[in-house]
Amino acid sequence: MKVSAEDVKHIAQLSRLTVPASEMEVFTEQFNQILNYADILEKIDTTGIEPTPYVLPVSNVLREDVVKEGVSHEEALKNAPAVHNDGFKVPRVID
Amino acid sequence: MELYKLTAHELHDKLVNKEVSSVELTNALYERIDAVEDRVNAYVTLDKENALAQAAKVDAKIAAGEAIAPLAGVPGAIKDNICTKGLLTTCSSKMLSNVVPIYDAHVIKNLRADETVFLGKTNMDEFAMGSTTETSFYGPTHNPWNLERVPGGSSGGSAAAIAAGEAIWTLGSDTGGSIRQPASFNGCVGIKPTYGRVSRYGCVAFASSLDQIGPITRDVTDAAIVLNTICGKDEMDSTSLDVEVPDFTKALRADVKGLRIGLPKEYFGEGIDPEVKAEIAKAVKKYEELGAEIVEVSLPHTEYAVITYYIIAPAEASANLARYDGVRYGYRNMNAVSAPEMTTMSRTEGFGLEVRRRIMLGTYVLSSGYYDAYYNKAMQVRTLIRRDFEAAFEKCDVLLTPTSPVPAYKIDGKMDPLTIYMLDVTTIPVNMAGLPGISIPCGFAKDGMPIGMQLIGKVLDEETILRAAYTFEQATEYHKVFAPLGGKQ
Amino acid sequence: MTKYITVIGLEVHAELKTKTKAFCSCSTEFGSTPNTHVCPVCLGMPGALPVLNKQVVDFAIKAGLALNCDIQKYNKFDRKNYFYPDLSKNYQISQFDKPICLGGHIDIVVDGEHKRIGVTRIHMEEDAGKLNHSGATISTSDSSAVDYNRAGVPLIEIVSEPDMRSAAEARAYMENLKAILEYTDVCDCKMQEGSLRCDANISIMPEGAKEFGTRAEIKNLNSFRALERAINYEVERQKEILEDGGHVVQETRTWDEGNGVTLSMRSKEEAHDYRYFPEPDLVPVQLDDAWIERIRSTMPELPAQRQARLMAEHGLPEYDASQIVSTKAMAEYFDEAVKTAKDSKAVANWLLGDVSAYMNNEGITIGEFKVAPAHLAELVNLIKDGVLSSKLAKKVFAEMLKNDEAPKALVKKLGLEQVSDEGAILKLVEETLAENPQSVADYKAGKDKAIGFLVGQIMKKSRGKANPGMVTKMLKEKMS
Repeated sequence: MKVSAEDVKHIAQLSRLTVPASEMEVFTEQFNQILNYADILEKIDTTGIEPTPYVLPVSNVLREDVVKEGVSHEEALKNAPAVHNDGFKVPRVID
Repeated sequence: MELYKLTAHELHDKLVNKEVSSVELTNALYERIDAVEDRVNAYVTLDKENALAQAAKVDAKIAAGEAIAPLAGVPGAIKDNICTKGLLTTCSSKMLSNVVPIYDAHVIKNLRADETVFLGKTNMDEFAMGSTTETSFYGPTHNPWNLERVPGGSSGGSAAAIAAGEAIWTLGSDTGGSIRQPASFNGCVGIKPTYGRVSRYGCVAFASSLDQIGPITRDVTDAAIVLNTICGKDEMDSTSLDVEVPDFTKALRADVKGLRIGLPKEYFGEGIDPEVKAEIAKAVKKYEELGAEIVEVSLPHTEYAVITYYIIAPAEASANLARYDGVRYGYRNMNAVSAPEMTTMSRTEGFGLEVRRRIMLGTYVLSSGYYDAYYNKAMQVRTLIRRDFEAAFEKCDVLLTPTSPVPAYKIDGKMDPLTIYMLDVTTIPVNMAGLPGISIPCGFAKDGMPIGMQLIGKVLDEETILRAAYTFEQATEYHKVFAPLGGKQ
Repeated sequence: MTKYITVIGLEVHAELKTKTKAFCSCSTEFGSTPNTHVCPVCLGMPGALPVLNKQVVDFAIKAGLALNCDIQKYNKFDRKNYFYPDLSKNYQISQFDKPICLGGHIDIVVDGEHKRIGVTRIHMEEDAGKLNHSGATISTSDSSAVDYNRAGVPLIEIVSEPDMRSAAEARAYMENLKAILEYTDVCDCKMQEGSLRCDANISIMPEGAKEFGTRAEIKNLNSFRALERAINYEVERQKEILEDGGHVVQETRTWDEGNGVTLSMRSKEEAHDYRYFPEPDLVPVQLDDAWIERIRSTMPELPAQRQARLMAEHGLPEYDASQIVSTKAMAEYFDEAVKTAKDSKAVANWLLGDVSAYMNNEGITIGEFKVAPAHLAELVNLIKDGVLSSKLAKKVFAEMLKNDEAPKALVKKLGLEQVSDEGAILKLVEETLAENPQSVADYKAGKDKAIGFLVGQIMKKSRGKANPGMVTKMLKEKMS
């Protein structure tokens, strides 16, 4: 077992998700199945191989420091679930 | 022939010759949608009023004798993960079920400039995570060739719309095969361009280093026409390549004499359905008849591609989907008393199971202690996969493989996630290497389900795979076979 | 009683003075209505993508050069993942393993001791938005409203080596860092407005120990004074814990200015796992020598060089020179004043003495100081030329503070010209000697102090205008 239900709970917490109790067992099992399969990577010798974080051989894509109009105040808040004093309202920030 | 069965290039001629008006055409499409949509479920949102208004504008232009772009007035549909300003863009997720974008994706801007008509937004796997369109919040899309089968995914809605005649052309997106596999399941053409060819600005990100937008169409010519419009450098996307966009329709010559077609042996092994193998073999023969040279090549790290993808893609996705927290837009659990609780509940309730699984997988492989073993290792293997292709391309000009190991299977086939993931083995490596790939119909299974063939090209060499695809298409009739829609053939 | 050594490292965030944000073209203008300088990118809308602002790179290089760093030609961005409402993507684009600068230093002087403080690294990143709480503090608020105007504003984070050993050293480091950033004009360094923020990592270890102790990170230090006070408090707090046999917990604490204490900010969760990975939406930065040299050629005279120049050209002592150059505005004032002043040292003395005292009292900066440099120079010249005594000069200065009237005119207006006419002084001397025979006798009897009394009497008679030097000389002559 690569990860236990406790581990799954912790990962969920880091991801701001909860796994409903009813799903936990199957979820943990399937999670482990995938991670176990990942063991095949150990077979490959990757010493000295550079990781590929970038697919393109490109660097220095930059833009000039010129102000461009963004969206209007109304558009910015258009899809907001709750608004207060021109801001996006959220419930108390600290638990 | 019904209007909805024609291609974009045929309809462009008809429009210009005033044989049909765009409004007529658009209405015909909506009639077709009305007739079959309750069985197919290809669409999430329809935009009839705006579509007809746009069609009328184009008709006015034609009447005034003005020239129009190839896609002008031709009705198409857009996968619902591509932002359309003012029109609901849900990614087939409860999380975004009420979100109306405040800006257009770059590709949408380009299409609007060409005065095309948007019929609506097509169904998909939630946040593009899936290969069957079954994870959609709006229910699965049904394969028009057999309504009990999946249309593939994640661009299942777009491909089904083409197969069912519910759109003349469509856009999909492809991260691990999501354009090519549905295209092959639906007997149509789908192309994933070279990474960086098409701007991702406005394409709701799944895996940033893998995502590309591309056309799903009835034939290769239409795919080339759509590519012409959507490709090009975009200053809003740092990963969009600053390279010239050729006129892809100029590549459409029926000529493969001397073309070296590589067959990577790892794509023809045990996991491939025998019927798929048979149809591909026939296709290979066809290419030989047409003058191509067949070469056997090897892509040794193919067997590691799936797991590498299912480490890298979820890792990037876990961060890309972090912004969905109920704060600025989207679904919010209104009962929570604290922001952390609100975020957790909104995400748990707003995301489906597959999305939650992949986010957590991604979080795990990036987390402290596991980064080296999983994410960094996967990035190294990615380098090896890319090198495999580079080596293969020294011996050939294009690679030919089955698009999918199997034809479309049953909806709710109760396969476990890993089994479904493994079926992406033929398409994933192409995204890992950032290469262009096209799927075209090349035959049928005995039960009538379409089988697709994939052609993979070198970086920025869409032209060669378009030419090879076009040549095969013109020498066969598969692109002319229309889905029976309902029941077996 | 164990003796402890304090170990301090500082992490400073400086907002860069660009016109637009780091990854989008929204304005960085401060203080507008919430959510009016925003776009899909800095709002974290679905499908939005970042594009790097070239000016951010240029400013980061400039800061790096000014801090003696090794500019890293290849550098890249990473995602720092955590959830918070003011972070519109719930990750911050930052630089993790390949930052733009490594290995610099700042030289400080504390109590005449010179010391070099290492700069570990400088990296580019974006700022988060602002939370406006419904209550007085974050803990007493039922809700907050998020403003993303600040989200995406470019920052550089400057991390020091843990080389500082006292609050005074930390303060000196911050003062020098602030001056350097001001001079390069990459940041407006307004600590009170938050454009320059400082977090302190503090630990203590017993003298002779080989390893550093566990450190606490202190946040919310928005002045040099707060920095000093917080360090001193924290060191004592940690000492007490260790003396009691306990362990210092590695945690984040906030400085409570009102109560003068640091408070734990640790929430119920464990420490952040930021899950850094390379930012796939951006491409790496690849600098070359030409680029770096181009930035180097725009480098202004930095505080250290300016200080050296003031010492060489104007003969200022090290401490005075360092004080003059400590802010760009003060240095520029000085340079302007000495253009017309006949005595640079006097200018420095005025600036560091009366002018600074006045500014501290009024709570203003030299930018807000009314008196023009040319006028201060004029005042200095009047004294130098013997037209005005230093004592009366203070009176004139006080007048100048009101409306920046030219001192020459004021002296005339107030009739304060120093009397240096021999005849006039002689008259006063003879008068005073005649009026004070006892003092004369005392002086002649050997009480040197008696002359002070006589000088004082003459100054009174002349209402301070008599040239004291001449008066004293003449008195001595007359009484010898």
